[in-house]
Amino acid sequence: MDSDLLLPRPEGLYCPAGDFFIDPMQPVARAVVTHAHGDHARSGSALYHVASAGGALMRERLGAGSDIREHAWSERFPLGDTVISLHPSGHILGAAQVRIEGRGKVAVVSGDYKRDPDPTCEPFEPVPCDVFVTESTFGLPIYRWPPMSEVVDDMLGWLDECRERGVAAVLFCYALGKAQRVLAELATRTDRTVHLHGAMLRLVEAYREAGVRMLPTAPVSESARGKDFAGELIMAPPSAAGSTWMRRFGKASTGFASGWMQVRGARRRRGYDRGFVVSDHADWPGLLRSVEDCGAKRIYVTHGDGEALIRHLRDTGHDAFPLRSLGGSMPDLRSSEEGD
Amino acid sequence: MRRFATLFEALDRTSSTSAKRDAMAAYFADAPAQDAAWAVYVLGGGKLKRTATSTELRSALAAETRYADWLIDDCYQHVGDLAETIALMLPRDDESREDTALHVWMEARLPSLGRMESAERIEVLREWWRGLPREQVFLVNKLLTGSLRVGVSHRLVVQALAQWAQLPTDLIAHRLSGTWKPGAEAFAALAGPERPDEHAGERPYPFFLASPLEQDVTALGPTADWLAEWKWDGIRAQVMRREDHVLIWSRGEERLDGRFPEIELAGADLAPGCVLDGEILAWTPDEAHPLPFAALQKRIGKLKPGAKLLADTPVRLMAYDLLELDGIDLRERPLSERRASLAALIEGRGPTLMLSPAVDASEWSALTTVRTESRERRTEGLMLKRLDSPYRVGRKRGDWWKWKVDPYTIDAVLLYAQPGHGRRSGLFTDYTFGVWDGDALVPVAKAYSGLDDAEIGRLDRWIRAHTIDRFGPVRSVEATHVFELAFEAIQASGRHKAGVAVRFPRILRWRTDLAIRDADKLDDLRRLATG
Ligand SMILES: [Zn+2]
Ligand SMILES: [Zn+2]
Repeated sequence: MDSDLLLPRPEGLYCPAGDFFIDPMQPVARAVVTHAHGDHARSGSALYHVASAGGALMRERLGAGSDIREHAWSERFPLGDTVISLHPSGHILGAAQVRIEGRGKVAVVSGDYKRDPDPTCEPFEPVPCDVFVTESTFGLPIYRWPPMSEVVDDMLGWLDECRERGVAAVLFCYALGKAQRVLAELATRTDRTVHLHGAMLRLVEAYREAGVRMLPTAPVSESARGKDFAGELIMAPPSAAGSTWMRRFGKASTGFASGWMQVRGARRRRGYDRGFVVSDHADWPGLLRSVEDCGAKRIYVTHGDGEALIRHLRDTGHDAFPLRSLGGSMPDLRSSEEGD
Repeated sequence: MRRFATLFEALDRTSSTSAKRDAMAAYFADAPAQDAAWAVYVLGGGKLKRTATSTELRSALAAETRYADWLIDDCYQHVGDLAETIALMLPRDDESREDTALHVWMEARLPSLGRMESAERIEVLREWWRGLPREQVFLVNKLLTGSLRVGVSHRLVVQALAQWAQLPTDLIAHRLSGTWKPGAEAFAALAGPERPDEHAGERPYPFFLASPLEQDVTALGPTADWLAEWKWDGIRAQVMRREDHVLIWSRGEERLDGRFPEIELAGADLAPGCVLDGEILAWTPDEAHPLPFAALQKRIGKLKPGAKLLADTPVRLMAYDLLELDGIDLRERPLSERRASLAALIEGRGPTLMLSPAVDASEWSALTTVRTESRERRTEGLMLKRLDSPYRVGRKRGDWWKWKVDPYTIDAVLLYAQPGHGRRSGLFTDYTFGVWDGDALVPVAKAYSGLDDAEIGRLDRWIRAHTIDRFGPVRSVEATHVFELAFEAIQASGRHKAGVAVRFPRILRWRTDLAIRDADKLDDLRRLATG
């Protein structure tokens, strides 16, 4: 029974054989946490197992006082009747897939993942397994990510245009993962200083300390009063859009870096001038490829409206189910868009 | 097409009107006239006759991608736009491509589909898609299926042309009015020097449009500076007496010739070189008030009305402005003068040409009282026009106000929802509402507008979680939410299940304080119905 290894519970996804939760939403005794995004890493649990590569981010997110055990990639450690190991998921710095071996089976919970190259983190590692739990944030074939070099060209073109028109370029994106990835990608093409919203400062520092090469940055809050931001690039979390914080830039062109920007209506609805298709989640081909790569007999789908992915997998000869079909009950995680 | 695709992208990528205008003006200066002409046409909202159905486009997509129909449907639901869904689902391939000029697409390629059998049409579409980069797949599909919707109004196109040609916007608007046919010569003519006989042609003058009065009426200053008239509920039209014929243009700048022979006849009685602006109304002789709009609708639909329809539902022109007399453009003269000339011109010509009467009142308070009679008089309220104002172009605020009576309102229950388009694509934003008929809820109105973005998002999530049934894109939902709707008029209608039809319904507010049993009853609506 797959439910010996994985059982949805109100607190989060539970492993009965190992007596631990993966990314619990409420405080529990033992948690394995895939990555530091707010919808996966929540404080209050007694003990956390995480990947060493993401240790610093986890301490930042969970609080320094938390009991956090770090593990190297692929290191095997026992939990209850299972043996656990963590493997890169390619989502953000230190983001892990959880491999669970027990009751004669191997299950892999991939957490959030992507297959596109990302200079800020280790690439996704296909882990052979019997049961594969996949996300499906972008589970429709309209989502196919363009090469990052194309997006960077587009961003640089936008910056030139803003400089010509004498307006500030404000790029909104999620503060953890996306911001650093964009700063690292741009660093291969330019050396201009980027001005950062306060919510991004510590996270960018944490990436620098982990050895990720990014553009030089300066906090917006430390700029001289009345500084002219015309032609400058500013990065901020989406929550800052439309806030009074924006006033200091005078005239500004706004952009948003997210997988959702693939659809024109989504960009227009959010009112951004420019949409840049950059996602830390797998696109449709990435989802299908990962299912093939791990060779699992059964696929469970979570994190997003997985209906289409499940049906398509079935049409193409896979045993695919929604995660909730394992029984139990678990709140849907889809409310959060962090990291999209 | 590449140049036009770049323009489209520039327009799509900014919300600044001045940036859009600059982008268009630069394109007009740069593009070959034959292509620029078509750009004017499509950006101004023009469409081609449709030559392929949505079903054919989907079949072509399914054949090209081998995706299942249900998956294509799911994607379309999510994107909300078929042209874009296709562009996103087709394989991306970035080899060098052919580049077919915009005018070739518009004049030859797209119309050619109309002469093909369906199967051939699907093959040709697939062939085209394979040869195009993604942006152009999107554009070609858009041009094929409807309008571009890129946040550019007809007026902004006019302004961009004026900027490029360095001519007054009013002149450009006039040159573009009526049935402007795209072509290299027509495009060059837009920028030509002004000729003295410019206005004597068959094109209508650009209509001057009133704005809704939102401030207190007393803020308009002394009553004596204003002309008050009834706001008629008919078809706004220009009747043009030319050398040997009469033309009727609707406000949408469509020719209405043939539909209203009694007005054409009355117009022929005027001296050539004369243009009237007014409202076409259905009106039985000797009646004090016009027939309801529904009666007029029967006439609009008939290109050559028969004797019975002409006898049962005669029409007349309620004239309220005179734009040209003896071949002279009067639009710069003050309204008081134009109106005096108009009165003299149509005096004693019988009921088919009527002068829209002034509603006299020495005080705003008296007008406010008179305005309450609007409904009984089958009008929508009052028009207030500044007596010394010229006849302007388009919707310029300040001189013409429409002071409508408060709309009807009802409380109705949300029954169905479907995804919107454009800015709202992918969200459930098109709603159908119903009222009680006994113990059943029957649909009475569709409405799109009136909720803010937060409410739309909340309702969208609720709809997804409370769907009972799906019919294509339409979902029926649990009867739970009550909304207050406003509308301008209500009429008996045999075509609607409920037996009544409402005009211009819109959502006033989400009545979270009401339960569905508090919604209105169909009987109450029937009592309000006017015809
Ligand atoms: Zn994440
Ligand atoms: Zn997540």
